[in-house]
Amino acid sequence: MISGSALDGVELAAGVVLAGAILALWRKDLRSLTSVLALQGIALAALAAILAATGGDVGLGVVAGVVLVTKGLVIPGLLARVVRADPGSRETAPLVNVPASLVAAAGLVILSYLVAGQLTALMPDPLTRLAPLGLATVLVGFFVLVTRRKAVSQIVGLLLVDNGVALLAFLLTAGVPLLVELGTSLDVLLVVVVLQVLATTMRARFGHVDLDQLRELHD
Amino acid sequence: MTATLAALGAASPGIWARIGASVLQVAAVATGGPLLLGLMGKVRARAEGRVGPPVTQGLRDLRKLIRKEAIRAEHTSAVSGLAPLVLVASGAMGAAVTPLVTTRPAIAGGADVFVVVYLLLMGSVALALGGLDAGTAFGGMGSSRAMTIGAISEPALLVAILALAVQAHSSNLPDIVAASLAHPGWLASPQRLLALVALVVVVIAETGRIPVDNPSTHLELTMIHEAMILEYAGTDLALVTLGEAMRLGLLLGLVANLFFPWGIGGSGGPLAVLVGLVALGAKAAAIATLIALVEVSTAKVRLFRVPELLAGGFVLAVVAVTTGLVAR
Repeated sequence: MISGSALDGVELAAGVVLAGAILALWRKDLRSLTSVLALQGIALAALAAILAATGGDVGLGVVAGVVLVTKGLVIPGLLARVVRADPGSRETAPLVNVPASLVAAAGLVILSYLVAGQLTALMPDPLTRLAPLGLATVLVGFFVLVTRRKAVSQIVGLLLVDNGVALLAFLLTAGVPLLVELGTSLDVLLVVVVLQVLATTMRARFGHVDLDQLRELHD
Repeated sequence: MTATLAALGAASPGIWARIGASVLQVAAVATGGPLLLGLMGKVRARAEGRVGPPVTQGLRDLRKLIRKEAIRAEHTSAVSGLAPLVLVASGAMGAAVTPLVTTRPAIAGGADVFVVVYLLLMGSVALALGGLDAGTAFGGMGSSRAMTIGAISEPALLVAILALAVQAHSSNLPDIVAASLAHPGWLASPQRLLALVALVVVVIAETGRIPVDNPSTHLELTMIHEAMILEYAGTDLALVTLGEAMRLGLLLGLVANLFFPWGIGGSGGPLAVLVGLVALGAKAAAIATLIALVEVSTAKVRLFRVPELLAGGFVLAVVAVTTGLVAR
């Protein structure tokens, strides 16, 4: 059973992940979005490491290392490279303006508490009590995914969803098998690499990475 | 005096000890506020490669201004003269009841979140009225801008502190600080983290620091606070400057003690109060240094994007309250 300062650390890390999701919705600057993602990745890795240390689980410790390298360093680094390579699109172009999407985010957080309340009632536990934070991160990630037009900000949404799912997995099942975590982490990494190639090609062909303008046919 | 000292030495603080602590708090905020402003200026100057004015510059300016004659513009009413007094008085009242150096200041039972936030609001409304009073274009513009920002930042300030009140089951500020001192584990909880981010944004807006307002410029397109006080001179200006510095000191001290309550004096004697004073100074100076360092590397946002910034703070505060209410 987890308690004391280990629980404090887990709570703090979960809070950082949710705060990061809201920050990602709040900030328009794409470069700061990549650092928010890096912060989330580091918080997730710290959470996994704390759970591994309290449970004496070596596999989870390796997962923490994998999360730190992929979500904390490599993926944000790759995204930052995409952003740097295209100085013309430093800001996201949201379909819904920022105050409205922040209000929507507040609604999503409340919704996730209402929904997850049923879930956590099944097994009242200090860790499952934090599950709504993961669910809220997933929902905010989906919101970013549907309301942002730039290719990079859509990837940010996808990564937020992924981080939320990872947080839920760590909190509810106290760790994912190493193989599964390795699989998902590499999957997401692959998506980001594909995005980088795609964004480079798009910029070379059309001079921008605005997905809305890809609906029309060009000669 | 000897009676006061004897009361201070008692194990449980008597009424005189609590009044003494409150007086000390007001004095600490009145001298600490200008010093914090000086410190922030010094940190900014050093980060930009300049030497900068000494940290005590704020106090020197106050001494200089207070000796000068208060010249009021023609056609001004009594509001112009009253506004600086109300600003300083509300700041002093807030400093007296807020748990700054001790969790047991005088009339601690009345130090509700709402009371302290509305005391601050009273000061800003008085200053906005003072800005309007002279009837100049700049004063009205500054007042309207300050009220626009205040209308969004005051609720956010209230809601962010409410997130902590929910956790402590009390909206009384000394009780909140005492409860967080008794439960060190709370400091790492998600709602505190969210509320801290929200509160930092709000404090920056309330004290007119850089992403919202630039205190060192008099450019008519951007100035907010400076536009309001253009008509003030001499003693009046000294009071306004002191009031604003006290607001900065009070808000920074409040953030420091709500989130990092280490070192604050409780029911102990004068020694605990002195430790609390030193701890308060160190914590407030650390936060001020951090804000100044962030200021150096950020640009002021456009006035129309300030509500966006504050809406973010407000939503974070609401999420913090939700987290606190549901995750009990």
